[in-house]
Amino acid sequence: MIAAIIALSVLAVVFGLLLGYAAVRFKVEGDPLVDRIDSLLPQTQCGQCSYPGCRPYATAIANGEADINQCPPGGETTIIALADLLDRDPKPLNPENGVAQEVKKVAVIDEPKCIGCTLCIQACPVDAILGAAKQMHTVIANECTGCDLCVEPCPVDCITMEPIKSDVLTWKWPYPEFRMERAQ
Amino acid sequence: MNEGSSEIRPLWKFHGGVHPPQHKRESSILPIRKAPLPRRLFLPLHQHIGEPAEPVVSVGARVAKGQVVANATGYVSAPVHAPSSGSVTAIGEFPVPHPSGLSAPCIVIDTDGEDRWQELTPVQDYRELPPSALRNVIREAGIVGLGGAGFPSYIKMNPGPRKMIETLILNGCECEPYITCDDMLMRERAAEIVAGLEIIRHALQAERCLIGIEDNKSQAIKTMRAATGKHDWIEVVPVPTLYPAGSEKQLIRVLTGKEVPSNGLAINIGVVCANVGTAAAVHRAIHYGEPLISRIVTVTGGAVHAPCNLEVLIGTPMDELINECAGDMDAIQEIVMGGPMMGFALHRTDLPVIKTTNCVLAATAANLPPPQTVLPCIRCGACADACPVNLLPQQLYWHAKNKDIDKVQEYNLFDCIECGCCSYVCPSNIPLVQYYRYAKGDIWIREREREKADVARRRHESRQQRLAQEKAEREARRQRKKADVVPEAAAAAAQAKKKEAIDAAVRRAEERRQSAMERAQTRRQSSSGAATGTHDDPPESNDDDR
Repeated sequence: MIAAIIALSVLAVVFGLLLGYAAVRFKVEGDPLVDRIDSLLPQTQCGQCSYPGCRPYATAIANGEADINQCPPGGETTIIALADLLDRDPKPLNPENGVAQEVKKVAVIDEPKCIGCTLCIQACPVDAILGAAKQMHTVIANECTGCDLCVEPCPVDCITMEPIKSDVLTWKWPYPEFRMERAQ
Repeated sequence: MNEGSSEIRPLWKFHGGVHPPQHKRESSILPIRKAPLPRRLFLPLHQHIGEPAEPVVSVGARVAKGQVVANATGYVSAPVHAPSSGSVTAIGEFPVPHPSGLSAPCIVIDTDGEDRWQELTPVQDYRELPPSALRNVIREAGIVGLGGAGFPSYIKMNPGPRKMIETLILNGCECEPYITCDDMLMRERAAEIVAGLEIIRHALQAERCLIGIEDNKSQAIKTMRAATGKHDWIEVVPVPTLYPAGSEKQLIRVLTGKEVPSNGLAINIGVVCANVGTAAAVHRAIHYGEPLISRIVTVTGGAVHAPCNLEVLIGTPMDELINECAGDMDAIQEIVMGGPMMGFALHRTDLPVIKTTNCVLAATAANLPPPQTVLPCIRCGACADACPVNLLPQQLYWHAKNKDIDKVQEYNLFDCIECGCCSYVCPSNIPLVQYYRYAKGDIWIREREREKADVARRRHESRQQRLAQEKAEREARRQRKKADVVPEAAAAAAQAKKKEAIDAAVRRAEERRQSAMERAQTRRQSSSGAATGTHDDPPESNDDDR
């Protein structure tokens, strides 16, 4: 009887020490949940979710301050992925945040009209606009996330959002469309 | 007949497979002939797997036959050559044979009718060249796999530093219905194929070579055996006719019994597989210095009255080929590039022939199966029995239909070769392969988007960091400026201190004066008190006593 109690106590102490050591030694820096949510977001940094970027939105979701249906660029895919990760029910996109875009867009500067004010450069969240004061600006199309943020500040309205053209390299087979008959 | 082929070689079987109607006789009656020189050639820059080529000529340039018009960019890429002499009249987007029906960058050459070659530099003796130099010649000749996939051939011929190539397989199976271009090539140009095979063997330092030919091509087997008679390292092996025996992994399985691992390459198991057409192209590139500017194309289908195989310049519009074979344009219901199993329908008839065009199938309504109604999956399992890769097509279908991209990958979607056996046997007429193609495309797109999002995240984070740093620097500057005005403040402080000291001195003097006055007063009181007989205590203690 006493031997058992002693043995269990010793075990408890040993495992307690082990766990305590592990908690210190393998301490996770930062919040892994925020990272995982952030990795599912489309990183357009557009702010349509009402947070100043994807990571702040991810933090808000992790803290339970924001819902998972506030990201229009991510659309249904992102909502389902978030619902999967957080074990919640997917819900339709919140219309207050905007509507999901079918086609991806890219900002295009009408270069002759550009006056070189740098306002769009300051607005671009991913530094995808190249230029300097009183020099013509241009968009690095590859880096543009299509967030729309540069359109508003332009004083001469020379930035438009144009849909990205599908070419043979980015084309994919469509989802098979046909009506399934009921078996007779 | 050599000794190797006289004994019966054991063959293996791959799982599944189907026997679709062959329709190969129609196009294998007439011999191969040259298609007439077209007036205009459209050369897409992306005719192969890998990066598109980059034009090196400009509009208006005169080009000779065989001249490079677009260079390879990157490792997996192939150059494009002018198939005939003439002048470059346009470089831009033109319709190309692609399932999307979209346009892609092309170089357009108006031929001058002279068909004038540029100066050709054949390799004198390829045996003296190291394999790497040989591969370079093949790369410069723009040779890609002519079986259908279009993978740059010189990459396949690189066994790497340590990999020993045990078996070189030459693929003459041509299992797809209607197509006979490899069959006719083997019948008529067996010597060219064997010459190319010797070069490939030299580049790979392979031990032996097996030429796999489906046993429905008895004439090709005969001519190939005759051509390879003097080489004891080559063996022509007839393989049972069963679709898709001509698929690389399935042919390797049949001939060697080895299985190419999932996500692996044939080279991982010491095997390299090349198409017979590719071998002939290698021969022409090495022995004549001719780049890949033409190929054999089967022109067949119900709408073509004289189906046959044509030697066609790359870039020739397909409608000219159909006309050449007495085709009836109005009767064409659907024009397919490739065969009925793995080919894809084209959106128009005037698209150019590219390096991977093995067949132009001009099908009439009678050729095509009547549109069947698609019924629900009844879980009969016929697709799983037919799958040559041992997948579970109905599970894949189920998950692809629900767009569950994790699950389809769990069921090894990317091992699917899109051969179409499952769709062929499906009693419910479900277009299974379409679902798999869709799912693959979806996964690739998501992969690309994920990569793009990662880049955007990095750029956003570095921007945030930069902004924070700039802010910190501004703050630091302000602090420094503050520090610059310190002497003035110190002076003010010193003055304040001085003033305080003065005030304190004044206060002290005042106090001293006051206490002196008090003392004087006390003295006066005590002197009067002594006179009246009172004590000499200070007035304060007096107060306390009271």
